[in-house]
Amino acid sequence: MRGTIVILSLLLATACKQKETTNPKQVASVEAKTNEQEAVDLEVYDFEGFKAFLNKEDDKTYVINFWATWCAPCVKELPYFEELNANYKDKNLEVILVSLDFPSMYDTKLKPFISAKRLKSKVIALNDPSENKWINQVDSSWSGSIPATIIYNKNERKFFERSFTYETLEQEVKHLK
Amino acid sequence: MNTLFKIVPIAVLIVILSAFASNNTHDDAYDVGDTIEDFSLKNVDGKQVKLSDFDAAKGFILTFTCNTCPYSVAYEDRIIALDKKYASKGYPVIAINPNNPNTRPGDSFEAMQKRAKEKGFTFPYLVDEGQKIYPKFGATKTPHNYVIQKTKKGLVIKYIGAIDDSSRNPDAVKEKYLETAVDALLAGKEVKLKKTKAIGCSIKV
Repeated sequence: MRGTIVILSLLLATACKQKETTNPKQVASVEAKTNEQEAVDLEVYDFEGFKAFLNKEDDKTYVINFWATWCAPCVKELPYFEELNANYKDKNLEVILVSLDFPSMYDTKLKPFISAKRLKSKVIALNDPSENKWINQVDSSWSGSIPATIIYNKNERKFFERSFTYETLEQEVKHLK
Repeated sequence: MNTLFKIVPIAVLIVILSAFASNNTHDDAYDVGDTIEDFSLKNVDGKQVKLSDFDAAKGFILTFTCNTCPYSVAYEDRIIALDKKYASKGYPVIAINPNNPNTRPGDSFEAMQKRAKEKGFTFPYLVDEGQKIYPKFGATKTPHNYVIQKTKKGLVIKYIGAIDDSSRNPDAVKEKYLETAVDALLAGKEVKLKKTKAIGCSIKV
């Protein structure tokens, strides 16, 4: 009997992994799974700590995307960053998603979002109120609106205050020196 | 085949040119020191509002804000407080919602009316119908704030930027950039810190 339950729940879990349905039983187990995954540790940085991510001098290309769960155009373009990360992780590229969600939303919005969307790219949170100082240090041309993205390697650095499609994002990566 | 050879480069050129055009929209926008044109926009009460309607004003605190951006929402009470403090001193708040309501239904005229009523806005909350005004100001996000002074040569922008240095937490404010700017103008002085930056939500087109 116990064995049957284990097998049944395993089946249910795999079914949920593959597709989300409206079957109430399955929704319940998706939620249970989500709750388990919420134990994900979220690294939170102030700007001093975060700066290291903007100034790596190894052989990798870094794609740093500033976003937030409440930012509709950011959420819309996240799959493209995920796709880029998946397609280029063996090609010396790393995507880092920098959340600007308010600290009060880390547990209620951000972590559940990371679990629900099964984000594979590294997600960190930047929490530093001195925006007037650090926005210019990220890029002097940045007005402060999100989404915003930096693509850099040791040879070149580009800043974008705009949204991307997968094609335009990949193009910028390919054009980097 | 021949026609294709002709069309393709032209199409490419158009794409390139339009990319530049959209990037440069804000380049000829107002900057600190520039004189602005008056505008006429619909308020949540249905009436048109012009800056020239405010005979007694010495200037304006103009804020591009909206219903849907958490940063805007975080500043609502502080904007109400600004109007309370400065309208009587000659610097009333004028709020403009620059978002396209078709992209953001939460910023529709009806939603604006509802929000203004809920929060008890004491200032005009205007619709940027057709999104014609915010590009003139070079606004890129909500909230995006401007201090404007009435001078002999017209309405002059004296400050562009954030209200204060703590968007996320009103209890942790150390510097009130915008108030400092208005106080300087009221005292007949130059604004020292003319521009600041803050994170905000991109304006929805």
